Amino acid sequence: MRAFTYERATTPADAATAVARDPTARFIAGGTNLLDLMKLEIETPRRLVDVNGLKLDKIEPTQDGGLRIGALVRNTDLAADKRVRKGYGVLSRALLAGASGQLRNKATTAGNLLQRTRCPYFYDTNMPCNKRTPGAGCSAIGGFTRGHAVLGTSEACIATHPSDMAVAMRILDAGVETVRPDGATRTIPIAEFHRLPGATPHIETALTAGELITAVTLPKPVGGVHAYHKVRDRASYAFALVSVATILHKDGSGRVALGGVAHKPWRNETAESVLRGQVPAPQAFGRAADILLQDAKTYAHNAFKIPLARRAIVRTLTQAANATPQIQAIKTIR
Amino acid sequence: MPNPQDLNMSRRDLMAASAATVTLAGAASTANAAPTPDAPSLVKVAFEVNGDKRVLTLDTRTTLLDALREHLKLTGTKKGCDHGQCGACTVIVDGRRINSCLTLAVMHEGDKVTTIEGLGTPDKLHPLQAAFVKHDGYQCGYCTPGQICSAKAVLDEIKAGVPSHVTQDITKDPKLTEAELRERMSGNICRCGAYSNIVEAIGEVAGGLA
Repeated sequence: MRAFTYERATTPADAATAVARDPTARFIAGGTNLLDLMKLEIETPRRLVDVNGLKLDKIEPTQDGGLRIGALVRNTDLAADKRVRKGYGVLSRALLAGASGQLRNKATTAGNLLQRTRCPYFYDTNMPCNKRTPGAGCSAIGGFTRGHAVLGTSEACIATHPSDMAVAMRILDAGVETVRPDGATRTIPIAEFHRLPGATPHIETALTAGELITAVTLPKPVGGVHAYHKVRDRASYAFALVSVATILHKDGSGRVALGGVAHKPWRNETAESVLRGQVPAPQAFGRAADILLQDAKTYAHNAFKIPLARRAIVRTLTQAANATPQIQAIKTIR
Repeated sequence: MPNPQDLNMSRRDLMAASAATVTLAGAASTANAAPTPDAPSLVKVAFEVNGDKRVLTLDTRTTLLDALREHLKLTGTKKGCDHGQCGACTVIVDGRRINSCLTLAVMHEGDKVTTIEGLGTPDKLHPLQAAFVKHDGYQCGYCTPGQICSAKAVLDEIKAGVPSHVTQDITKDPKLTEAELRERMSGNICRCGAYSNIVEAIGEVAGGLA
């Protein structure tokens, strides 16, 4: 790890100013991803600005009946919050499907959104990677691609975003509240927060230099049956090959998004529109899945993700329609 | 997100600077040269470990794990992968289990840290330690301190009503079942594969599984 100076920020705007002023500076909160990357010298900040003292660790009701989740709320606390478990079950489920108990105790809401891809070529500093060194080339394309994206990819990058939480936030229409160095605040809709790789895969979010996430807001609960299904190589503590977040209503309408298949949570409102007015059954779910996956492009080892995603969508929506308990231990869908 | 060009530049700058530091390092130790951008930055930090107040002056890069093992000589906590994947370094900070390898010591000012040495001693084993011995919850024992710190926090989490991935109804409090223990302990890898005995040991301390 490279040497760095360490300071504790006292206000969000001061933290933003400190990081905006110095391109080698980084915010640190939970640190579970950043320190890992620093040990491998993928991240080499010279200055760390600790934001843990900013008191952004509350979950509060908003005026419109939703919730404001402080940027520093730990994943464990967000998943365990009674209001989240009751009104936003898909979010609790997604959080609990991610990482380990130890990591969830440290990882923050904002940090989870900002975590970097786990593409093995991003992690291997001996291999070219457009995320690490813009213009260097992508080693994944033509390499081992089993875990890589099938939607929204580019010739520069086929990495996935690894977050489970973000997939749930995508169907909940969350907003990302930020503060900039001049003190200006804004709310970025979650749909616009993460970017597709395009020609600039090193630019992963809509944030500008020094812009600090202060909270994530959720609109008031929409009801329905919530489900999050994660398909992975181990039953626990592994990143998704494919994951599905859904909210389904009795009238057949619903929302669905995919994780593990793109550079951002993948949602397409057109796919959801075909659910409306249909009997909530596998046939309609399959049609929605086909629309969601229609532009998929596969690479050498990840073609399996398309049928896997299709089946996972149908299964998860069927589970939701039947209100089958959403636990991995239950293998049959009633 | 910083400008990509800046990132690029800083990487190159850093390479050049670090090459320069190699020659400076010898001088720095004797002549106390002015810090260069790559020179270690030292920070004082005070926290409590197993009930004792400890004050250390540490290179900012020092993880909590290295502070415990290398500076305080509390070698019960183990370094396995050093990347948060194995759980051997699990300690309890302010009542919560964390991977001590993925947190900086300087970020723990005023915190209360409990390591395996703080849970029990050879003469007075913690109930979990005694149960791991009784149920053969290990073979080589390297992951055991992390397993036991994690297990203690797991029982507290269930008691506090924190749900897990296998909790059937997350609007209700979780039950103490084998599936719950296995899921919650998944961040602690045992290369010897003593998992079934570990579950038995934890279950016994918990007063039996549902």
